[in-house]
Amino acid sequence: MSKPLIREVPPTSWYFRHPRYLRYMAREVTSLFVGAYCVLLVVGLQSLAAGQSSYEAFLLALQSPASIIFHLLALAAALYHAATWFNATQKAMPIQIGEEFVPGNLISGAHYVAWAVLSSVILFLAGVF
Amino acid sequence: MKERLIQLEVMRYNPDTDTAAHFQRYEVSCPEEGVVLDALNKIKETIDPTLNYRWSCHMAVCGSCGMMINGEPKLSCHAFLREYAGVIRVEPLAHFPIERDLVTAPDDFIEKLKRVKPYLIPKEPKPISAGEYLQTPAQLKRYHQYTLCINCMLCYAACPEYGLTPKFIGPAAIALAHRYNQDSRDGGRDERQEIIASAEGVWECTFVGACSEVCPAHVDPASALQQVKIASSIDWFKEHLLPGGGK
Repeated sequence: MSKPLIREVPPTSWYFRHPRYLRYMAREVTSLFVGAYCVLLVVGLQSLAAGQSSYEAFLLALQSPASIIFHLLALAAALYHAATWFNATQKAMPIQIGEEFVPGNLISGAHYVAWAVLSSVILFLAGVF
Repeated sequence: MKERLIQLEVMRYNPDTDTAAHFQRYEVSCPEEGVVLDALNKIKETIDPTLNYRWSCHMAVCGSCGMMINGEPKLSCHAFLREYAGVIRVEPLAHFPIERDLVTAPDDFIEKLKRVKPYLIPKEPKPISAGEYLQTPAQLKRYHQYTLCINCMLCYAACPEYGLTPKFIGPAAIALAHRYNQDSRDGGRDERQEIIASAEGVWECTFVGACSEVCPAHVDPASALQQVKIASSIDWFKEHLLPGGGK
């Protein structure tokens, strides 16, 4: 009896097989930076609760070169993460009005607009402008 | 017609004698306007009659001739030679067992397709004498793109989740389930949800999106799967948060 040949997918290196898989992994890896930044915010809140000297030490640590590099990396990762998901919204949430579907870039575009508006409100509340 | 010398490296596997697959190099002269399937046919006719592969229509309709061409899932009748330079590497569709040479076993996909009940399940029995089911153009458009699926399985070969977790119901079967769920004449969503909203269903999908990129019929299975995820999540919230389970 002849036997079909099963080819296993290498569990840790499959994403090198095609650029589209690397793009996918890049999107997934950016979530680590988003997660790390959430941890940083929790640490900040914790130091705030621990008193003034603790919070000032936290603020000082934020100004270190390592912290600035991390912030730049986290910002780039968060922007890429957000953009990939906003671009994907048109697939996940198609809207049909009458017979026609709303063009996908309008759906993604609405998310970018909401992002800009909410960011402006937060920056305004934070006293940036 | 201008001819060009084409070099192909074709994966070979004979289940009666081989324990592993190997590549065999062929050189064949083909018209520039031809496709990879033409080159394979010429090899079979003039060089090596033992080469095995599936094909039927030669016009991207039947979905039989799917193969990995330079690592990309393609219909070989739709892979134009003019788009390839150098040696063209031809392998069987990824993620499916190889029966012989370029022939894979589609049984897993066929079994999954059956499980999602890809046919109309009327809301209530209706005698033929009651007349046809009417549908507006808008209702047709809601699901029309998903009817274009030709079951070629390229999306399964592109989907790394299916490769890593073969129990995943997969892109085409879920997209077809979604096609019937979206149909105004259908009442079978609850039956299909048991399969497609399960852990083996949409929740195995991590939205790589490769299925939609390789689909030769321009169906968007990735879109269908994300829509099913959202609808299934809404079902869950209705069931757990609304009085009476939202029924």
